[in-house]
Amino acid sequence: MKPADDTQAVAASPRRQLRLVVVGHVDHGKSTLIGRLFHDTGSLPEGKYEQLVAVAQRRGVPFEYANLMDALQAERDQNITIDTAQIWFRTKSREYVLIDAPGHKEFVKNMVTGAARADAAVILIDASEGVQEQSRRHGYLLRLIGLRQAVVVVNKMDLVGYSREVFERVAAEYREFLAGIGLEASDILPISAREGDNVAKRGESLKWYDGPTVLEAIEAIPDRDSVIGEALRLPIQDVYRFDHRRILAGRVESGTVTVGDQVLFLPSGRTSVIRSIERWNAPVVNQVSAGEPVGITLADQLFVERGSVACHVPHAPTLTTEFTARVFWLGRTPLATGRRYKLKLVTQETECEIKSIEEVVDASTVQTIPGATSVRTNDAAKVVIRTRRPVAADLFERIPATGRLVLVDGFDVAGGGIIISVPVETAVAIDASANLTQVVRGERHFRHGHRGAVIWLTGLPGSGKATLARILERRLFERGTQVFVLGENLRSGLSADLGVSAADRTELIRRVAEVAKLFAEAGVVCITTFTSRRRDDRQHAREIVQAGGEGAPFCEVYLETPLQNATIAYEPPTQPDLSINVVEQPVEESADRVLERILSTIR
Amino acid sequence: MHRDHLDELESESIFILREAFAKFDNIAMLWSIGKDSTALLWLARKAFFGHVPFPLVHIDTTYKIPSMIEYRDRVVREWNLQLVVGKNEAVLGEGRTYPNGRATRVECCTLLKKDALQDVIAQYKYTGIIVGVRRDEDPTRAKERYFSPRNASMEWNASDQPPEFWNQFKTDFAPGSHIRIHPLLHWTELNVWEYIDREKIPVIPLYFDDGTGHRYRSLGCAPCTGSITSTARTVPEIIEELRATRIPERAGRAQDQESEDAFERLRRDGYM
Repeated sequence: MKPADDTQAVAASPRRQLRLVVVGHVDHGKSTLIGRLFHDTGSLPEGKYEQLVAVAQRRGVPFEYANLMDALQAERDQNITIDTAQIWFRTKSREYVLIDAPGHKEFVKNMVTGAARADAAVILIDASEGVQEQSRRHGYLLRLIGLRQAVVVVNKMDLVGYSREVFERVAAEYREFLAGIGLEASDILPISAREGDNVAKRGESLKWYDGPTVLEAIEAIPDRDSVIGEALRLPIQDVYRFDHRRILAGRVESGTVTVGDQVLFLPSGRTSVIRSIERWNAPVVNQVSAGEPVGITLADQLFVERGSVACHVPHAPTLTTEFTARVFWLGRTPLATGRRYKLKLVTQETECEIKSIEEVVDASTVQTIPGATSVRTNDAAKVVIRTRRPVAADLFERIPATGRLVLVDGFDVAGGGIIISVPVETAVAIDASANLTQVVRGERHFRHGHRGAVIWLTGLPGSGKATLARILERRLFERGTQVFVLGENLRSGLSADLGVSAADRTELIRRVAEVAKLFAEAGVVCITTFTSRRRDDRQHAREIVQAGGEGAPFCEVYLETPLQNATIAYEPPTQPDLSINVVEQPVEESADRVLERILSTIR
Repeated sequence: MHRDHLDELESESIFILREAFAKFDNIAMLWSIGKDSTALLWLARKAFFGHVPFPLVHIDTTYKIPSMIEYRDRVVREWNLQLVVGKNEAVLGEGRTYPNGRATRVECCTLLKKDALQDVIAQYKYTGIIVGVRRDEDPTRAKERYFSPRNASMEWNASDQPPEFWNQFKTDFAPGSHIRIHPLLHWTELNVWEYIDREKIPVIPLYFDDGTGHRYRSLGCAPCTGSITSTARTVPEIIEELRATRIPERAGRAQDQESEDAFERLRRDGYM
């Protein structure tokens, strides 16, 4: 079939887009604000304003900007928003999707539906009513959903005579509330949506106010950051057999996957190698990252099904049957211990039960309800969830996509939650066939997300071994790697009996090697910082560490320096695993190179 | 690799299509021949690596603009698609239609489209129907869910919809009901044309000025669909035109204008 047209394609201008949800208590003016913003920025479709005015006249009711969004007849009849809606609007700098959310308590599930799609929120508070039940509940739910950006708008200033004092009182009260739940408003501003004061343009009536308008405040919200993340999470949606290929389909939720990568599938614990990345009507690629849909084929015939999560071994999620989550509950019947629910975590599904309820929060006050044993509709709780089958999960704070879940009660999605802790003792071992009485290396590898290894730094005194080791230790530690440095700590204790004779030096190196080996076997990356001047001593150390069927990786790193030291007969390595020039290269750069080497060694 | 807004839209739609295919045993996609459902068809080929692993349902009112049918049959052949055509034969036989003067526009839509769809769903026992509606088309569609349940009589309970967040959709439902799946919900009309342009998707030429200074912006049945004044002859020209316009997309669709809530009532009863 012929292409649609052969002319030069319009350069698809990549546009910035921000999804903004407007929340707040019922009748505080959310839909009105959106209608007003549209009108004042000239974004209404042609004839729409006239149509809304005519409809209002015909019905004998005052004209409402809110009717732009409240499209359902029931909404117009009752002058409330029942369900969330979206509308698009453009400024010079970017495109906005405005999401209107209902403020009535009965429709919290619809508010959550709207807010969960947003990058940022505008929270509305009626100046004449002040902070109300849904003002608090919505703020708290935004936090649980994972939203971080919020602008607070104190509306209906016309009803309080544009009083600065009223504004400041409401603003202070809500600011304090937000601080209590860990959310910070980028701006708090006074407006009248009905009168158009301070929405798209400054109002005559708010002369005392010199902050931004609503339009300026939302334009100041930073773009959503597309974080790719370090750890690969590719939850498998389905397995297709097309054209004699077996394609695993899914969307990369975090990290990057590359052809040739070794990947681990959880919960099965089996590994394979990525043979190809499949796409249709798109250029061939050998790598895809977070946010992209993907099809992969594997180097071998591994059995993989929907719900498997592909990851890299050094940064695997926890495989567990138990974790703690903060949940919000939208179900018709209360959430209670002992009841069975279906848990969905990306494409993983399993039956689960609430093992215990640690805390129940009244979401309208954000106060703990003492002694509560079940969670009512629209409230929240901290619960321990036990699943029937192990799930691959992350802490929400680390990887949001695999750190959040929904609970299904019967046929209905009834709640959502974010994982806040995973008890270590319930993490399920990777290899079901492993001898469970003895912890084997593979299990440590899985638990830590990496292997143990010995990184043997060698070089003249003054070449910077200790400095380099400290930098590496810090960097590895920050990445969640188990790491330990051997240096003075070993010399002064275990080897306090040794002197400086040649024989003692050889014995010292033997002891360092033996201790380092134990660390490596325990799954730790052990960095040693001894001059180790004799080639034979270092060779012997390598043999000690690599001995046995399960020998650990040994990586000799030579710190080259033009320093001359007449008193030390240093024998430089002939074939070090890595050689770095500490004079020509800044130490941070050297650390980068060594770190890269370590990471590829312990994968 | 830099990813633009079309990549994001595409990614979300592909995710939804794959979820739908994985979760429903018996699923079909509505294909109106228009630009949206044709773009959706293209997205399905992307999601399933060149294949469309479910049938396409075309509801034929027999009042469609004739070249739509020719285009449909050609695409079916060339893309190797399974096509199911739904028609309300009884009503057409009786002539109870708007063009025959024996039904209002809205009644005609109900009989020839909604009822015909209901019959197809019953006949093939579909539990999921993929539809290419978008939120920016119409304010009631703006309220839709990606996975939107319909009861056994196909009714949409607009005032009590299930929550939907974090890409988790309603995939559990009572026997007899079905789910409408809307993978294009978050696209705008402009996005659809930008995507057609990028992917070089062949669309029916009715969208282009045929030399008379008119083109169709939204396609439906001939008696109820008006053309617009436009000299756009290519996809890039349509994109230029849409960037400047403030006229709503469905302004040429007469059935929507019959009363204030005409479209909402049609949709509550099971219209797309």
